[in-house]
Amino acid sequence: MSTYRRINVIEEGGVSIVRFVDKKIVDSATIEQLGEELNSLVTVDKRNMLLLNFEGVEFMSSAALNKLISLNSKVKAAAGRLKLCCLRAEIKEVFTITRLDRVFDLRKTEEDALAAFKL
Amino acid sequence: MTSVDSSWTLDKILPSELDAGHAVIDQLMAALETAGWMGRDLFHVQMAIEEAVVNAIEHGNKRDASKQVHVIFHVFQDRAELSITDQGNGFDHHNIADPTEEERLEQPRGRGVMLIRELMSEAKYNEKGNSLWMLKRRSPDESEDGSSEG
Repeated sequence: MSTYRRINVIEEGGVSIVRFVDKKIVDSATIEQLGEELNSLVTVDKRNMLLLNFEGVEFMSSAALNKLISLNSKVKAAAGRLKLCCLRAEIKEVFTITRLDRVFDLRKTEEDALAAFKL
Repeated sequence: MTSVDSSWTLDKILPSELDAGHAVIDQLMAALETAGWMGRDLFHVQMAIEEAVVNAIEHGNKRDASKQVHVIFHVFQDRAELSITDQGNGFDHHNIADPTEEERLEQPRGRGVMLIRELMSEAKYNEKGNSLWMLKRRSPDESEDGSSEG
């Protein structure tokens, strides 16, 4: 089991729910570490049902978005599923502008997202 | 005159280090908040300036310690004008691949300039592409804050 510093992970019904330690995901060292930790969820811990809960995240740069795209590729390669929930309106707008809302499954609440894993 | 004329200005030469870039971004965000900016407008400026400063340091100057970044920020109650100039070779900003096209949608790069253009009211590069000027006009509903201008 990997040790994580930028994320907290709990298991619920076969889904790994990931919450972020940082309110602002902007510092490049933080983003690099976050990317490594997210990837190791899939490649080291072999988790492939991931829910990223963005509650409390106030800001993220496009460099952080890029890490999510890389994670999505890894989850797909592992035949898994990745969902995002609880994004503040401004961050969701960034997904819409970049059309990444077509790449990621964005859910309003954690309950919605967990239910969607069962579909 | 109203307080709309009062402004905050920062004119600074930075080393090509991200910490220095984030320090001036923090100053800018504090100045905007002091001027009453909030919510979506504040987020848009933060996103755009973050992309612009990181691009200048990483892609423009390529973190070359001998090169610098010149930032000039003007904050007003109703608008913010920001310019960022690096000492790199610039880039062809007329021909940037559209990151929203289907075949590029899942590429983990290339969204910074698009976000700048989408989130700011105006964004213009010089011909060489090493200097960016951006303007954000504050949304009327957020700048008025329920008060009457008389």
